[in-house]
Amino acid sequence: MLHLAREKEHYFSADRLFTKSRDGKDPQWLIKLREKAGEHYLRIDFPTTHDEEWKYTNIAPILKVPYRQSFGSDIEGVSPGPIIPFEFEESKGSQLVFVNGLFARELSNLSNLPTGITAGNIAEVSGGDSRVVRDHLGVYADYREHAFTALNTALAGDGAFIYVPKGKVVESPIHMLFVSQGAEPVAAHPRIMVAADEGSVLTIIESYLSRTDQVYFTNAVAEVFAGRGSVITHYRVQEESERAFHIATTQVFQERDSHYSSCAISLGGEISRHDLNVVLNGEHIETTIDGLYVVDGKQHVDNHTTLDHLHPHCRSQQLYKGILDGKARAVFSGKVFVREGAVLTDAHQLNKNLLLSSEATVNTKPQLEIFADDVKCAHGATVGQLEDEELFYLASRGIPPERARALLTYGFAEDVISKIKLKSVRDQLDRKVLDKLHQSLEVS
Amino acid sequence: MLEIRNLHAAVNGKEILKGLDLSVKGGEIHAVMGPNGSGKSTLAKVLAGHPDYQVTEGEVIYLGKNLLEMEPDERAREGFFLAFQYPIEIPGVSNANFLRMAYNEKAKHEGRDELDPLEFDDLIREKIKIVEMETSFINRSVNEGFSGGEKKRNEILQMAVLDPRLAVLDETDSGLDIDALRIVANGINKLARKDNAIILVTHYQRLLNYIEPHFVHVLFRGRIAKSGGKELAMELENKGYDWIKTAETKT
Repeated sequence: MLHLAREKEHYFSADRLFTKSRDGKDPQWLIKLREKAGEHYLRIDFPTTHDEEWKYTNIAPILKVPYRQSFGSDIEGVSPGPIIPFEFEESKGSQLVFVNGLFARELSNLSNLPTGITAGNIAEVSGGDSRVVRDHLGVYADYREHAFTALNTALAGDGAFIYVPKGKVVESPIHMLFVSQGAEPVAAHPRIMVAADEGSVLTIIESYLSRTDQVYFTNAVAEVFAGRGSVITHYRVQEESERAFHIATTQVFQERDSHYSSCAISLGGEISRHDLNVVLNGEHIETTIDGLYVVDGKQHVDNHTTLDHLHPHCRSQQLYKGILDGKARAVFSGKVFVREGAVLTDAHQLNKNLLLSSEATVNTKPQLEIFADDVKCAHGATVGQLEDEELFYLASRGIPPERARALLTYGFAEDVISKIKLKSVRDQLDRKVLDKLHQSLEVS
Repeated sequence: MLEIRNLHAAVNGKEILKGLDLSVKGGEIHAVMGPNGSGKSTLAKVLAGHPDYQVTEGEVIYLGKNLLEMEPDERAREGFFLAFQYPIEIPGVSNANFLRMAYNEKAKHEGRDELDPLEFDDLIREKIKIVEMETSFINRSVNEGFSGGEKKRNEILQMAVLDPRLAVLDETDSGLDIDALRIVANGINKLARKDNAIILVTHYQRLLNYIEPHFVHVLFRGRIAKSGGKELAMELENKGYDWIKTAETKT
């Protein structure tokens, strides 16, 4: 524990110095929030495999690396060229770019943002129109219990902030692009705050990519507030390098009649973990959370989800699918709580895994905890391989074995991908899923 | 086109085919009939190269080549086609993508031009008329959620698209209602030509009311017990398979 404590102090102190230098610019409440989170961070231990929620994901390799903090100069070395392939057609004029967690104004483009919508850097927005940021930042993601969230909050400065006022419809998706780069290991702590007020409609894309083969660590926290009757669609694409460490929490808070749907895609990283927690805090809420992870080599991917039904007449749907090759390992833990009084809840959860190699491993744990009567809940998990009969059927039509395997693998992922409404996101993923497995197909 | 000589085949170590001989020429339609367990489906699976079936003796010459030495996908590209008794569902893969891939593999093999999605769409819209299916079937996942009859019609659609030299139809009539039976049979009749051959594997005579075979063979205990013209099918219909069993036991 002493050893761990030293590590904690190590990569907090340098970052904290950097963050402290902003104290003159940042509002008082933000400084207070950082300080409070910092105290909790120093108090809480990093999780180990003895913790139930981290049983299959050992973060020791992440903590061993001596990271340097991100500097303001990190942003200067980035030209827009290499980022272009990761942009999405629909959000060319509504794109926020961050390099090692810091806002890159030159690479961002907000020319197509409708009036009345706020999108920008938390650090800047909180200075002026601070009320909204203050109402939401640090309110949902719990920094009192979770070391990584506490660390992220203690260093909160730059980050993506999106606010849609009452009744506004944002037609183009807003893309938040997080780039990691650097010649030596760097730790970045991206922060996202999205607030959609009553009756508004918003689509966001959150994506992570590498411009380095170096080891680095991303510790991201996103908070999403879905006001009464709002509709939020959230795509999350993590396609970092094979040596990247990625730990992230997405905390969603929904008010009555709101719809939140998310699709979280994990392709990259040596160790990546994403916690997605949704609180359904009102009646007639609809929540759809889908996920797809495609891993090979020695990759380790971990998805933890929680859907917390607090009130009657809500519906949640969850479909997480995984494709594993090589010696990859995937962890899935999905909790659905139906609290006392949350009658007429309709919750459906499914995790399906496809193993392309005999050395790949899956640990899956779907869980339902029901404290209310008259509910409709179902959950399940499967782990399987490509079916011999399916392969033979394709062969009997003249399709060679390697293409048959690619076609079936693609087919397995397709029901998650086909639900993505944004064409450019869908097309990119169709291709990337197969590229990732060194398979190729021409499909329309 | 096809010469089967003294074919022995086993599944899970159990011998099912015990010295089967069959000769099929271009332009011919053969019906292979027989009671349950006589080896009809085994014959179909062995010809298609199903990995669960082991050939222990004999040979199969297809268009002058040793069929048994070819991988299942090679056989298909060489113009062999099996319509499955129980077509497989492939979730997430559309009929159009699946069929275009199969079509293009064969086209590539024959040195013809491959078709892009638009060109293939024209082709499949033409072929789908043969089986009287809605064009919406093209974009649905292969066989997923199809009724029994729709699956069988989809097999015939695949046959129409791939245009095989030799097609083996394994119990294609089983489970079909009268309308579906008529549609499937009409489809098969439209696809029969002078330069291809069809083997209908069937338990019942009813399909043969719509498709007139040149030869009828009765399979019994892993061998062809009796061969004849279409009148043999009528005789079977009237007398039942017990008649063959009795005749076979006597000889």
